[in-house]
Amino acid sequence: MTTTLQAPPVKKAPTMRNTRKRRKGSVTLTVLTALMAVYSLFPLAWLLINSTKTQAGLFSSFGLWFDDGKFALFSNIADTFTYNDGIFLRWLGNTAIYVVAGAGGATFLALLGGYGLAKFDFVGKKAVFAIVIGAVAVPPTALAVPTFLMFSKMGLTNTPWAVIIPSLISPFGLYLMWTFAAQAVPTEMLEAARVDGAGEFRTLFRLSVPLLMPGIITTLLFTMVATMNNYFLPLIMLKNPDWYPLTVGLNSWNSQAATAGGEAVFNLVITGSLITVVLLLAAFLSLQRYWQSGLAAGSVKE
Amino acid sequence: MAVATVPRRRRSYRGWQFVGPFMIVFALVFLAPIAYAIYLSLYRNRLIGGNAFVGLDNYTQVLQDSQFWSGVGRVGLFLVVQVPIMLFLALLVALALDSGRLYGKSFFRVSIFLPYAVPAVVAALMWGFIYGSQFGLIGNLNDALGITLPDPLKPSLILASIGNISTWQFVGYNMLIFYSALQVVPKSLYESAAIDGAGQVRIIRSIKLPAIRGALVIATIFSIIGSFQLFNEPAILRNLAPNAITTYFTPNFYAYSLTFSGQQINYSAAVAVVMAVITMIVAYVVQLRGTKDL
Repeated sequence: MTTTLQAPPVKKAPTMRNTRKRRKGSVTLTVLTALMAVYSLFPLAWLLINSTKTQAGLFSSFGLWFDDGKFALFSNIADTFTYNDGIFLRWLGNTAIYVVAGAGGATFLALLGGYGLAKFDFVGKKAVFAIVIGAVAVPPTALAVPTFLMFSKMGLTNTPWAVIIPSLISPFGLYLMWTFAAQAVPTEMLEAARVDGAGEFRTLFRLSVPLLMPGIITTLLFTMVATMNNYFLPLIMLKNPDWYPLTVGLNSWNSQAATAGGEAVFNLVITGSLITVVLLLAAFLSLQRYWQSGLAAGSVKE
Repeated sequence: MAVATVPRRRRSYRGWQFVGPFMIVFALVFLAPIAYAIYLSLYRNRLIGGNAFVGLDNYTQVLQDSQFWSGVGRVGLFLVVQVPIMLFLALLVALALDSGRLYGKSFFRVSIFLPYAVPAVVAALMWGFIYGSQFGLIGNLNDALGITLPDPLKPSLILASIGNISTWQFVGYNMLIFYSALQVVPKSLYESAAIDGAGQVRIIRSIKLPAIRGALVIATIFSIIGSFQLFNEPAILRNLAPNAITTYFTPNFYAYSLTFSGQQINYSAAVAVVMAVITMIVAYVVQLRGTKDL
């Protein structure tokens, strides 16, 4: 066993860089920015307030204040989960499946692809680059209808695969992983591993992946948002409500009021939306430091 | 393990084991649908004679289709109004955050970014409720103040109302991209500029904006592609405003309606192809102009 002698951590002397007096805060600037924050937050406040109201209360009370005396948030949550034999829970589960399989798969493919593009010279690399960059400009929704027609020929429509497979490709994720791998993985380390006889995949997973972690988490977050946001694709691919993700399901509740004999359940639409938003925000806020550093790295290189 | 006696040849294909899986799925979900759409767009299903090759007939029809062009025009208007407003607001907030003169900086950064984490469908549902004259905020304000605010869901305002939803969703995202780009600009540049007597406005114009030009171009291109794809918001608001939102409101919505209500899949494929080409041209022109003399 080898023991490497580590130099004792050198206490950094307080840097003299910022001896200059810090500029004072500006109240005007803060107030103006606060206006933007109010704009950003008030619809969410509306959602939160109105999820405490009953269907009748929604119509009888003021939108930005609570319905006097009636606090229906908990019964709304209970109703959301039990309405239509608890289909909301099923939608939540479907969304989880699509997000885990779609975003997880997309991140994995982007990791492999971005790493390959950044760290290897291979025949056809330029062509790969040109095709992918060209395809980024093709709007995914313009592809959705042809994809639907193709999948219906292949018998894939109305199955979870119809939603998962198209989610597996994220050109933006590929770009992110590529810039990350180019910066974070030293080529000398790969050379050394090769000399030691380690296989390429072993090198990737044992040595490079830990270095790429911030990039992987950023890509995962962005592909998660993209899959959660997915509405057009599942809308056209799925006929059976049992396979709906939350987005399609919530809108089907919303529009059922407009159909003949349909029950208006706007309180459940609002509460269901709130639950969806809370889950996503929790994911975003808890992983904040990753996506912030990730975005920074992604935008440096251009 | 065989020692690489011919390292050059081996290395030249080694990258494919990593890029290969991506490219295979990419071919299935990007290239194949494009090819299939082009194939479909060259045929037409006739009552007599079935599926027949018609060459470019569908394309000639698309190019003369006033419904298609009205959708393109609407998206174009959306693009030249909403995208600049959104990016300008995002830039202002990013510059404010970067100025170091803001109280509660991290609170603002997070709260303005939050709407990005709200799914577009939920955002559209939420704003739809707010816009509504029944139990919406607009209706409430009308009742409370005894006034009649313009209905955001009427035909002349619906596009602006949709623009507001998109702006709300993406200001924070673009703000964060600009802010991240600003953070890597060396602070010493500002200091020496200040010593030379440059004011804040001058520093912004001469140092900050040129430094984040790449991020500005990328954000513009993403926003343009996003505008051309407009579908979710009109599709969801249509429940509330069936008269204001037609089946050909945006080119995407038109392609959707043609396939699922009209059963005109060949024509719909031609619409999708033309739209994709227009998007690519616009994105390409912006990229060329944006990266020129960099």
